[in-house]
Amino acid sequence: MKSRHTFGERVSRIEDDALLTGRGRFVDDIALPGMTEAAFLRSPYAHAAIRRIDVTAALALPGVIAVLTLDDLRPYLTTDKLAVGMPSPSYRLEVDRPILASTEVTYVGEPIAVVIATSRYIAEDALNLIALDADPLEVVADCREALKPGAPRAHRALPHNLVAEFDITYGQVDAAFAAAKTVLREKFWQHRGAGQSMEGRGILARFDESERLLTLWNSTQTPNVGQRLLADLLGLEETEVRVIAPDIGGGFGPKLVFYCEEVVIAAAAMIVKAPVKWIEDRREHFMSTTQERDQYWDVEIAVDDDARVLGIRGSLLHDHGAYTARGVNIPYNSALTVPLAYNVPNYRMDVKLALTNKVPVTPIRGAGQPQGCFVMERLLDRVAQKLNLDRAEVRRRNLVRADQMPCTKEIKLRGGTFVVLDSGDYPASQQAALDAGGWSGFAERQKAARAQGRHIGIGVANYVEGTGRGPFEPVRVRVSASGKILVASSATAMGQGTKTMLAQVVAEQFGGEIDNVVVTTGDTSAMSSGFGGFNSRQAVMAGSSAHSAAMTVRAKAIQAASHLLEAAPEDLEIVGSRIQVVGSDRFISLGDVSRALAGIAGYRLPGDMEPGLEATAQVIVHDMAFSSGSAVAEVEVDVETGEVRVKNLVLSHDCGRMINPTLVDGQVIGGVAHGLGNALFEWMGYDSNAQPITTNFGEYLLITATEMPAIKILHSESPSPLNALGVKGVGESGVIPIAAVIVSAVENALEGLNVRLAHCPISPMDVLKAIADVRKAPSES
Amino acid sequence: MTGASRRAIKLQVNGKPHAAEVDVRLTLADCLRQEFKLTGTHLGCEHGVCGACTVLLDGQSVRACLMLAVQADGRAVATVEGLAGADGKLNILQQAFKDHHGLQCGFCTPGILMTLTECFADKPDLTEQDIRVALSGNICRCTGYQGIVDAAMDALRKMRSLL
Repeated sequence: MKSRHTFGERVSRIEDDALLTGRGRFVDDIALPGMTEAAFLRSPYAHAAIRRIDVTAALALPGVIAVLTLDDLRPYLTTDKLAVGMPSPSYRLEVDRPILASTEVTYVGEPIAVVIATSRYIAEDALNLIALDADPLEVVADCREALKPGAPRAHRALPHNLVAEFDITYGQVDAAFAAAKTVLREKFWQHRGAGQSMEGRGILARFDESERLLTLWNSTQTPNVGQRLLADLLGLEETEVRVIAPDIGGGFGPKLVFYCEEVVIAAAAMIVKAPVKWIEDRREHFMSTTQERDQYWDVEIAVDDDARVLGIRGSLLHDHGAYTARGVNIPYNSALTVPLAYNVPNYRMDVKLALTNKVPVTPIRGAGQPQGCFVMERLLDRVAQKLNLDRAEVRRRNLVRADQMPCTKEIKLRGGTFVVLDSGDYPASQQAALDAGGWSGFAERQKAARAQGRHIGIGVANYVEGTGRGPFEPVRVRVSASGKILVASSATAMGQGTKTMLAQVVAEQFGGEIDNVVVTTGDTSAMSSGFGGFNSRQAVMAGSSAHSAAMTVRAKAIQAASHLLEAAPEDLEIVGSRIQVVGSDRFISLGDVSRALAGIAGYRLPGDMEPGLEATAQVIVHDMAFSSGSAVAEVEVDVETGEVRVKNLVLSHDCGRMINPTLVDGQVIGGVAHGLGNALFEWMGYDSNAQPITTNFGEYLLITATEMPAIKILHSESPSPLNALGVKGVGESGVIPIAAVIVSAVENALEGLNVRLAHCPISPMDVLKAIADVRKAPSES
Repeated sequence: MTGASRRAIKLQVNGKPHAAEVDVRLTLADCLRQEFKLTGTHLGCEHGVCGACTVLLDGQSVRACLMLAVQADGRAVATVEGLAGADGKLNILQQAFKDHHGLQCGFCTPGILMTLTECFADKPDLTEQDIRVALSGNICRCTGYQGIVDAAMDALRKMRSLL
């Protein structure tokens, strides 16, 4: 038997068997004795003053156990509000969410009361019996209107709607523009829609009075953060709160946020003295789960005669929604992303965040980076059009080069350290994508297609992704008495294969026996500190900790075995689940080493070693590992119907060393699919009264199998110098360049019609309108 | 709901007889999940678009969220729990999903497996485009469908070789 490699291998996922046979365990699959079910009364108004909430009739309905408003919860709470915004000096207003609205509602879907009943059916019946007496107030439905003088205010008590403002600035941007011969200006609108994990949010809470333990099964990306907040809000010790994220049916960002429902359901379980379950339905997901929505940009680029970028400046207006549920990080990422992949010597972006009477905005997969990428790539297309140069050539002249790595940018991350692009060869990545995407021969193909009346187009876009947000994510590795390798981490799996990833990293140090590794994630009782899954951080942060802990435990196991086998450590190797003397039949099982290190009362430990065969590592990394890549897409546009078909899409990609190339492919392709939705389909609509008008999958379009092209992925591996594994994150990479590359390709398909597109998503109606607008005004083109 | 709106039903689920007294408004999906503890059938949208709750009723795919349990009285339902062998061994389709990374979070997977199970039952000569059209009623947010389509084509090839 030989020791095997698991790191870097396409091993099967350890998650799959249960999920394929219907034995997964999602929150709604858990049923507890005496369990009750909850339904939330949500605001039908975008903005209203609440006069009275009369629950009498609802309480009288048979099967209803309780109807709770904020007044009922207050005795159990240390505060009425969720103060969860990340620190930033840029806030101008404090807008924390109330745990339940009691005097004012500020978006459709805001929770006001909760019904606890014997079934969800009855709880929903009771919702109709609650009398909500409220006076509608003026509504802020559009972030562009929000900052105008005399605009209605999203909250009655606030003086204005400017919730935060900041700028990202370096160099001498105005001087650069004053000296530049070519300056181009463009306005962009970008919309990113909603998370739409196939499993919505869901919570099951149980409070065991005899143990004084609150247990919350929660479909969340951040159980450890939730544990700390629940303890704070309910006046409990952290040891009295356990949060478990069981199988999670997708996250995509919104589930990293802590929601009012989590503390309300927990408190309800304490009040009704029975387990309470709340499962979000799809309509609730549309109306009350955080989204990413709208950004409006007004940007200029200055270039020299060789198309080298001299500077970029402009403004970004960001729709923040009605409350601060996360922070200023999305527009921060957006403004930071614009100049990242390219050499941009002078830069200033003035950013304003406006309150609106809509669901709070927090990160969706990509977290503002796709928008920054879109702006930069559209600007470079404009430069190419103006100077009559090849779009890829304009990019090649400006991309950060391999000889500049590591490349320090004059921009700080939110923690205060400078952005350092750690590794990669961006121009080579672009060239690889161009070659695989048929860039050089495309003009002829396009001409031939046009002769047949077909409009085909090609686009290119480059991106970088900041991954591995620090400071740490703990992992414990322990060898049990049975010889199993037990791995526990606060890393949280929501479908990416996190357990498999951790098992591969650990098994690499223990003979490559992945079946011998048991991974526990997303359970605060298994790991009491940490953050969870977001920002493409877990392979980097938890992977690094897993590697470190596994190395420590491996070294200790070998040292103990050398005492037990009376052999030199360098003569020992771990094969399967045993440690053997190389070239002999002498061995000891890992389980027996673990037992020996557990000790026997009254006896010395082997070699007087420290007891126990386990280690916890919390590898600290502050700098982010930057994944990078290039996309080339070919589309066909039907100029009669406006339909855009994606015919071919190549993504050349570098996420450092790959722990499992199959899982990397899956993450990238899934990200691309999300990006195609953002480019062509996904629009979370509101009317002029801020009433949501896309609240089901008939109105809000997710991409399906028939719209998805085959994706060709090209991998290159530039190891990150920032961690021992050389890995970079990958979860959000695929999504970042897609809206940019598709819109570029659509514009190219309409070459000759002089259609210019500066927004996404672009619907068939948008395409037709853009064509019609140009035809109406031929003199301007 | 009043007592008069409850009704006794009997049906076959994965070849085994099941009986329950249910509210007439109980959906088939909730009946499977709550009454029969078969939680492999998932609810993703409850308005018949996402396809996560797809089960087979007398061999034909239905949305278990849009159908009442009482409508299934006397009929045969097949769910994801019935796909693997009695020994727990994955069937050809399930194994292909595992081999081709056809699932990530796994929430939509049961519905997709049931859609393909119906599809494969009488049409062994499907093309990739046929598979994509068949899957167009099932939404997956994780995979971009490529692994799913690859798995389906691989399973088809293996099934054909057994014919």
